[in-house]
Amino acid sequence: MSAEKLQTCLWLVQRISASVLAVAVAVHLITIIAAVQGGLTAAEIIARVGGNGAWAAFYGVFVAAAAVHAPIGVRTVLQEMTPLPNFSVNALSALFGIGLLIMGLDAVSILYRLGGG
Amino acid sequence: MQGTLSVSIWRGGEAGSFQPYEVPRRDNQTVLDVVTYVQRKLDGSLSYRFACRVGMCGSCAMMVNGRPRWTCRTRVSRVASSGKLTIAPLRNLPVIKDLTVDMTDFFDKWAKAGGVFKPTATRAEDFAAIRPTDSKRRHADAGIECIGCGICYAACDVVAWKPGYLGPAALNRAWTLVNDARDGNGAARLRAVAGDDGCLACHSQQGCQEHCPKHLNPTAAIAGLKRAVAVAALKGRL
Amino acid sequence: MRRDHPTWWAFAVHRLSGVGLALFLPVHFYVLALAIEGEARLESFLVWSSQPWVKVAEAGLIFLLAAHLTGGVRLLALEFLPWRDWQKTLVAVSGGLSFGAGLLFLVNAY
Repeated sequence: MSAEKLQTCLWLVQRISASVLAVAVAVHLITIIAAVQGGLTAAEIIARVGGNGAWAAFYGVFVAAAAVHAPIGVRTVLQEMTPLPNFSVNALSALFGIGLLIMGLDAVSILYRLGGG
Repeated sequence: MQGTLSVSIWRGGEAGSFQPYEVPRRDNQTVLDVVTYVQRKLDGSLSYRFACRVGMCGSCAMMVNGRPRWTCRTRVSRVASSGKLTIAPLRNLPVIKDLTVDMTDFFDKWAKAGGVFKPTATRAEDFAAIRPTDSKRRHADAGIECIGCGICYAACDVVAWKPGYLGPAALNRAWTLVNDARDGNGAARLRAVAGDDGCLACHSQQGCQEHCPKHLNPTAAIAGLKRAVAVAALKGRL
Repeated sequence: MRRDHPTWWAFAVHRLSGVGLALFLPVHFYVLALAIEGEARLESFLVWSSQPWVKVAEAGLIFLLAAHLTGGVRLLALEFLPWRDWQKTLVAVSGGLSFGAGLLFLVNAY
């Protein structure tokens, strides 16, 4: 793939994941603000996600979108604000994305299974 | 108007320093008047550019108190209320000497962005019938008044952070041609403006639009290019 | 360089909040995964986080998230919809909404 095609793809993926995140974050913000009323407990979190396929799927998609969106953003910041060469910038961003995906999906699956899922 | 101005002018090339000069204030004085006074009366070795001195050619663009401006259209009373003025060469371009910069990169990027019209008709054909109210023509008309003064290029932080970035003027020009129904270089031009050094690098800070003396809006043009590039990519035409 | 126009600040907030959130995300995932050591482990973290300064920090994070979201939606509109000059006002609106979200969190956390 030519450089322009790849970079245009990254840009598009960034905007598409942004749209997914716009919805997911809105839901997440409302959930947090509602949940934090009267104090937050682990039991409450686990009760919501644990064993609940719908919530687990929601958070799974949320994590995937973030694991794509954040590294592409970080890549631009590294390109513009550090003297790192392109190869390092791309490698660091990719590693960051993979790390986020693994950690995020891990957290979701733990909470899901804790609730008997 | 009485009194003097304390003026600090960049002397030297890339390496150099600001030198102080005392210039008598005059009514309706412009910054170009100040620079001219320094060169004629105080230090004949000062290098600077100007041509029309009436706000038409853009040659006199310099950094005035940290902002890129046409010096011939900048009243001293407007920018030096505390009696101090700092004049430096245009940002983001190599300094040749004192207040003159090398505009080569600026115009090279113009060409790199596909800012050249490619005709599709010959003298033998009738001229193209394009209504001025046609939406594409209106988009083109919104950007064709650019005179290549370099102020938007100097104002742009992305140009400062990414030396390869084509910049607002070149991309604005490309957009006017994308909207020109007579032009035949569409596909190649979109490829030229796609990518990390092209329209996709713009962060919509709108420094270009804020500083453009002709009130053009390169950010809007670049947003249009982003859409065109994305559509081309999705249709496999990039 | 004149950087005191609203759209420059919108960019700065968007970049800073993005970097802040990118740094925060791994921490967030790590904390949630503490639950693997049992509900009690996660619970003890949550108890620690009920301290006022933590709640203020969390409100700050909520602000960053809301700011990045509203700024991002403004960018999506700017890039994908035909240009409208009032989009600049959206900057102010985004800022207001983000601040509101942060405040709402703080209020609810008590």
